[in-house]
Amino acid sequence: MPKIWTIIDKEWAEVFKNRLVLFTVIFMPILFTALPLIMVAIGSSQADMGDATDLPASYLEMCGDLTGSACFTLMMVNQFLLLFMMMPLIIPVTIAAYSIVGEKTTRCLEPLLATPITTAELLIGKSLAALIPGVLATWLSFGVFAVVAYMLVQSPELLRRILDPMWITAIGLVGPLLALAGINVTLMVSSRVSDPRTAEQVSALLILPLLGIFFAQIIGVIAVNVQLMQLAAVVMVAIDAGLVYLGVRAFQREVTEWANQRMGESANEQIGE
Amino acid sequence: MIHTENLTKKFGDRTAVEALELDVREGEVFGFLGPNGAGKTTTVRMLTTLIGPTSGTATVNGFRVGQADTDIRRCTGILTETPGMYDRLSAEKNLTIFARLYEVEDVKGQVEKYLRFLGLWDRRADLVGNFSKGMKQKLAICRALLHEPAVVFLDEPTSGLDPEAARLVRDFIEEIKAHGRTIFLCTHNLDEADRLCDRIGVMKQRLITVDTPMNLRQKLYGRKVVFHLREADDALLARVRALPFIKEAQRVDNKLVFGLDDPEAHNPALVRLLVEAGADIQFVGELRHSLEDVYLSLVGSTD
Repeated sequence: MPKIWTIIDKEWAEVFKNRLVLFTVIFMPILFTALPLIMVAIGSSQADMGDATDLPASYLEMCGDLTGSACFTLMMVNQFLLLFMMMPLIIPVTIAAYSIVGEKTTRCLEPLLATPITTAELLIGKSLAALIPGVLATWLSFGVFAVVAYMLVQSPELLRRILDPMWITAIGLVGPLLALAGINVTLMVSSRVSDPRTAEQVSALLILPLLGIFFAQIIGVIAVNVQLMQLAAVVMVAIDAGLVYLGVRAFQREVTEWANQRMGESANEQIGE
Repeated sequence: MIHTENLTKKFGDRTAVEALELDVREGEVFGFLGPNGAGKTTTVRMLTTLIGPTSGTATVNGFRVGQADTDIRRCTGILTETPGMYDRLSAEKNLTIFARLYEVEDVKGQVEKYLRFLGLWDRRADLVGNFSKGMKQKLAICRALLHEPAVVFLDEPTSGLDPEAARLVRDFIEEIKAHGRTIFLCTHNLDEADRLCDRIGVMKQRLITVDTPMNLRQKLYGRKVVFHLREADDALLARVRALPFIKEAQRVDNKLVFGLDDPEAHNPALVRLLVEAGADIQFVGELRHSLEDVYLSLVGSTD
């Protein structure tokens, strides 16, 4: 455990001096908090929209006895709250992408692997170092969103719907689990490539399923509900367990294997002679 | 301290190290020489458990490579080819991280000890990215020694250093040797190897030879003694050549060069004869071939 904390300490000290990473960690939460708040502000400023029968049937069921404008606001917020699930995925992936590849390009990985640290300790340290800032930033943003949304809408009922078990499950559990999956994929990819952006781009594909849900919800194909989130949480736990296992197994301690990935170097240089 | 049997590493079709048989004794500085691509770094990487051998076995400090890798990492320190320091962190932070990973008990004390020793204490708070190559190299040497390892692997420790820094590092190597540590030194600097190493191994995919620098010279060139005389002629040379222990004799101007098996035993008789023959001896010395001559001869003989 002390070695894991040492890795976390090192990662944070190193990674947060990277401007791109810092920008992602700061800018992303601000953007993803502001967007749903704008939706809430627009919704709360609208006149009463009557019985809101134009809304998709799935939403009408969800709205219950809310007024038309409150139901519209809820629908918009529901759609954009999915962004809070993407946030803990995007931030850690950026950090993790620089984590292994960065050490490879600066040749810091070899001395690190010469210490008595185990592969599991190294990967857990790197995973947590990437996961914790993203999850904390997401939870903080969601807290800010909830407070400001309440101040804007002044409707306890709407606030109750926003803070319902579905979103608590989604943002409190499914988001971090998705992030852990993203990190493990990123670490696996980044141990095989020589450019952080490649690792980032490959890992960013993980966001596609979430985007699919986002657009399916916008066009009314599905309405995200608590059952769907609970199912997602269970599935993600299984996926994460598999990815952690695979990640440790696939991680090559053999530095030459990584060296072989380096571009434009001669065979002799590849084996470090 | 280090023992290998038939140690081999292949990368695809290419054999980097072939059937290496090596014994490095406790407390010695062992120089590992060879041209680029000879397999030196690959050997170091195998012995420090960074890569696994394709076949053969190796033990370091009694721990077998592939079976007790964590134990080996605990008792070895490595200076890699490139310093590999975290540029965005301070010198002190860099060493603190590695001291913790090496399970050092007094992290602060050890970090301070080595930063002071290599003259980096005043720059401890500076980012390593602002350091010169020499300073990074010194810092990397500190990192290799933080946990007081029994075996230290140094891959080109003075590469890229200015003469002053290189001398400091060499003095440092002698000091850590005095503490009983075993040092495995890969270097292209033959003068450095000659001065520091108790024994030398010359490698080119396979081990060509292992011996002390003195013995290597003797094996290849024998031992030669040079007499500087006020005046020398061929008659004098012929008298000396008649001595039974003279293996080789030649005159270069007023200098006489003799090949001897045991100069310490035969020099007194040689001096007596020359004095009796009326020669004025100005200087006597041993003619030493450089390690570079030895190395080039050994490496060249395998081509």
